[in-house]
Order: sequence, then C-alpha cells, then structure tokens
Amino acid sequence: MTVAVSTPYTVPIEFMEALQVTVLVLVAAGATAVVLIRRPVHQVIALSVYGILLAVLFLVFQAPDVTLSELTVGAVVLPIVLLLTLAKTRKREE
Amino acid sequence: MTSSQRRWVFLAGMIGLVAFLLWGLLGLPGFGHYPGPYGSIINRIALRQTNATGTVSAINFDYRGFDTVGEEFILFVAAAGVSIVLRRLRGEREKSAIDEAADRNAPPTSDAVRMAALVFTGPLVVMGWWLTSHAQTNPSGGFQGGVILATAFILVYLAGEFLVFKRFSPVALTDAVEAIGAGGFVAIGLAAVGIGLAYLTNYLPKGEVAGAVSSGGTIPLISFFVGLEVAAAFILIVAELLEQTLLIRQGSA
Repeated sequence: MTVAVSTPYTVPIEFMEALQVTVLVLVAAGATAVVLIRRPVHQVIALSVYGILLAVLFLVFQAPDVTLSELTVGAVVLPIVLLLTLAKTRKREE
Repeated sequence: MTSSQRRWVFLAGMIGLVAFLLWGLLGLPGFGHYPGPYGSIINRIALRQTNATGTVSAINFDYRGFDTVGEEFILFVAAAGVSIVLRRLRGEREKSAIDEAADRNAPPTSDAVRMAALVFTGPLVVMGWWLTSHAQTNPSGGFQGGVILATAFILVYLAGEFLVFKRFSPVALTDAVEAIGAGGFVAIGLAAVGIGLAYLTNYLPKGEVAGAVSSGGTIPLISFFVGLEVAAAFILIVAELLEQTLLIRQGSA
C-alpha cells in the first residue's frame, strides 16, 4: 500500500529508483572488491568503505535506523577490531 | 582428501546452496509489496499508543522489547567472552605500560591524527548522548548512540596514549556501567511485573506532545540504559584488544 504524501523533501520515484539501482551496483562491486583484495590491511580498509556503502544502501531503502547501526558497527568498530587483531598476529610472526 | 575430491565436495555444496537460494528468492514477495499485516497495524497505532514519533524505537523498546533484552545480552555475553579469551594466559607476561611508552620505537602519532581526534572527541560525546536520548523522536536509539560514545573513547586513544585511554575508562568502572546498563533494562521490565502488568509493559506517562523528548514513557529510559550497556561493552572489547596488542607478550615474566 503506497501512501501519497507530498512533503518539501519528496523526490520523484524515478529518481529514487535510479538511486537505489546505483547503490545496489556499488554495494555488489564493493563486496567483490573485499573478497578479491588479498592483503589483510588493504582488505580491512576496503571492508570499511563497504560498510559505508551498505549504510547508504539502507538509507536509500528508507531504513535510517539500520543506517546508523551499520555506519557505527560496519564502518568503525569492525575495522578497529580487525586492525588490532592484525597488529597482534603480525607481532607474533616477527 | 585430495584436491580434486575437495573440488567435488565444494561443487556439490555450491549447487545445493544455489538451488536453495533460487527456490527461496522465487518465493519472495515483489519489490515494495509488503505482505504482512503487522507493519501496517503498527504504523496506524504506534503513534497514538506511545506518543513516540520514532516508530522503529517504539517497536524496539516497547512492542518487541523482550527481543531487545535478548539482543542486548548477546552483546553482554560477547564482551564477557572477549574478556575471558583475551585474558593473560599462563606463559604470557604483561609488559609495563609505562616502560613501553618510554622507549618504544614506533613512529609517533602524527599531529594531523592527534588534532582530528581531539576536534572530534567532544562532538562525538554530544552526538552519542543525543542519539541515545532521542530514541522516542527519531530513528536513533541506545545502540547507535552507545557505539558512537565508545568511538569517542577510541579517539582518546588515538589522540593520546593507551595509558590515557585506560585512565578515562578503568576496567572496574566500565564493567560496572555495563552491568548497570544491562540490569537497568531488565529492572524496568520487572517493575512492570511488580505493579501487576506484563513484563516490559510501557507503564510510564506517555507525555502530552507526540515527538517531544519527554514523550514515549519507558522508551527513552530503556534507550538510555541500552546506550550505557552498548558503550561500555564496546569500550571493554576494544580495551581488551588494545591490551592484548600492546602489552601482553609470550614468555614468562
């Protein structure tokens, strides 16, 4: 059921759909990049960018609450945890 | 297992997975066609029942508050698990943090990083508390706000030293805050049982104006405790990992 409400922030539906398709393609490209990058540190940076892309995806699909969670966890906390783990394991290898 | 056998096992598994995925995808409702009744019902009654314009928060902290208790304890247990796994083991020794700071040969943190971290720490604390305290009015809430509060502490580490980070967030205090956050949520629910209502019933006055900060009854209160719990849990997890990376070495003291 669609509710036709026009606010100052209403955008044309074609524009919204184009935006959604663009972001979906970007997310697919980002996920592929994360898998294909082999060096762990670079991979973590790519994962962080991918987290931001996912956050934008949730935003254009009208889930701002999930956007906030994904931004904080996917783009910030998860990369920090992974980077610290990498730092620890690298020290042990030396 | 030889590599060709492994490939066959992989291919069989992949074909099965793809078949199940396609089967599931074909059964999905069309894009934008939500079939269930609950979303429409909630959209119609949530604002009237709770006076909270953040309908998502109203669902998270009120209608399905019981699930959110469970989710919160997932994080609680995860933080406890990290603490236990990353404790100092037999055969490991802990370097003195002070000595480490004095003669470490790591390159010093660049001024740009220090400056950026200093500039953002204050605004992040404000933003974290704002998100935590406005669950009832917009799609924020204790989870998002709590994580942002925790990142403010991580910036303290980036701007300064591990020791400064530890001084700002001593483990005993972080542990206590996490326990208060988790316990507070459960206590709000039990208080409802105490006055003869179902667990986690929203029993506080909902406020006069929909969308006001004072509206929503127990929703902002629960969001506050969730914020405490989440912030403390993430600070604990990062602190344990930092300690493991910077201080703990193999070999006995």
